[in-house]
Amino acid sequence: MSHDHAHHEHGHHDDHHHGSEISPVEARVRALESLLTEKGYVDPAALDALIELYETKVGPHAGARVVARAWVDPAYRARLLGDATPAIAELGIGGRGGEHMVVVENTPEIHNLVVCTLCSCYPWPVLGLPPIWYKAPPYRARAVIDPRGVLADFGVTLPETTRITVWDSTAETRYMVLPMRPAQTEGFSEEALAALVTRDSMIGTGLPKGIPTTPLEMPV
Amino acid sequence: MNGAQDLGGAHGFGPVAPEPDEPVFHAAWERRVFAMAMAMGYTGAWNLDGSRATRESLPPAEYLSSSYYEIWLKALEQQVAATGLATQAEIETGKSTEPAKPVARVLARDGLEARFRAGFPSSRAADAPARFAVGDSVLARNIHPTGHTRLPRYVRGRRGRIVRVDGVFVFPDTNAYRTGENPTWLYTVAFTAQELWGESGDPGGLVTVAAFEPYLDPA
Repeated sequence: MSHDHAHHEHGHHDDHHHGSEISPVEARVRALESLLTEKGYVDPAALDALIELYETKVGPHAGARVVARAWVDPAYRARLLGDATPAIAELGIGGRGGEHMVVVENTPEIHNLVVCTLCSCYPWPVLGLPPIWYKAPPYRARAVIDPRGVLADFGVTLPETTRITVWDSTAETRYMVLPMRPAQTEGFSEEALAALVTRDSMIGTGLPKGIPTTPLEMPV
Repeated sequence: MNGAQDLGGAHGFGPVAPEPDEPVFHAAWERRVFAMAMAMGYTGAWNLDGSRATRESLPPAEYLSSSYYEIWLKALEQQVAATGLATQAEIETGKSTEPAKPVARVLARDGLEARFRAGFPSSRAADAPARFAVGDSVLARNIHPTGHTRLPRYVRGRRGRIVRVDGVFVFPDTNAYRTGENPTWLYTVAFTAQELWGESGDPGGLVTVAAFEPYLDPA
C-alpha cells in the first residue's frame, strides 16, 4: 500500500486516478457527452444499452455456434460457405458489422487469415468488437506481407505446404474463418464442439482448442 | 487518401501483442466514445464512410500516436463541429450556448438491440450489369485520390483475379462526402503474394481485397 502511495506522489498512470481527479481524455469525453445530451442528439440511456449489448451480449460465442453447427451438419456447412449471411441468420445471429458475411474454410491445403489494413472492419455479430491488436498498426501492417510471421506471434506454425490466403476487409463484406474440426471429436455435442472454437481460430490467428488430455477437462 | 491509415505492408511496427483475456474496453471513457460514435452516426448527420474519412484525415503523426478510441473521439468532435451540430467552443466547454440543430433521428433505448441486431445493409439494387466475372484478370488502378478511398496502396498497379462478384454496394469514395451513394459493383480480387511483394512474398500465398469496379481495369 505505502509503495503504491509513494508512486502516486510522483505522478499518475493514465488509467489510475483517485477521487475527483480525472484524466484529460476523460474530461474531454464527459464534456462531449454532456453537450450532446443537452442538445438532445444522444440519450445516455441508449448509450448505456449499446455498451451493454456489445460488452456483454455480442461476442465470439455466437461465431463458435456457427462453426460447431457447420462441423456437425454438412448441409448447413454448404449453405454457410455458399451464402453466409442467411445461414448465420438461421441461428438468430446477425446485425451491425455483419450485414454482408463471407465465411472462408480452412483445409489442410489452405489457411485463411482476416485483416483490415485500412481501419478495423471485423464481423461484429459473430465475433464481437475487435481486440486491440486487430486494430493496431503491427497486425494491420504485417498480416498482408508476412502472414507466417504474424502467426508465429500467436504461437502458430503451419506446415510449409499449407498456403495462406489473407482477406483484407476493404469494403462492407466481413469475413469469418471456418476452422478445421479437431480430430477425435466424433460424437461431441454441438455445445462441446463450440467450446473448442476460439475467437482467434475464427480470425485465422489461432486454431481450435485441441482435445483435452484428461477426462476431468472434457467439455460438458 | 495516402494517409497513415493505409498500413498494409509497412515495416517497423514490431510484433503483434495479443492480450490474454482482453476486456472489450480498457477504460470507462472508451465505452462512452464507442457508444456516442454509434449513436451520433444513427442521427444521420453523417455516415460510416464519413467517419472513416475523418479518422484517416488526422495528421499521420497524430494518427499513429493516438489510441484507437482517441482517434474515434477526435474524429467525432471534428464531425460534430463540421456538421454544425455544435461549435468548437461548445465542444471545449461541454456547455450548450447555441440552439440545437435538427437531426433525422435520435437513438432510443427502446428497440435499440433489435435495430442493431437487424443491421444497416449497404448493398443496393443493381442498375447495370457487372463489368467483370469470376476468373477475369484485372489490374488495380494506380490511383491516388486525396479523398476517401478503399483501395489500399499495396495493390495499386498490381494484377489480380476476380474470385467473387460480391454485388452492388454504396460507393465509399463519394458516400463519405454525401455526394451520392453511387451504388457500384464490388468484387473480391485475389493477388498472389509474389505479385504484391516480389521475392519476399509467401510462396503460394494469396491476398484478397474487396474492390469497387471503378478501382479496376481489365488486364
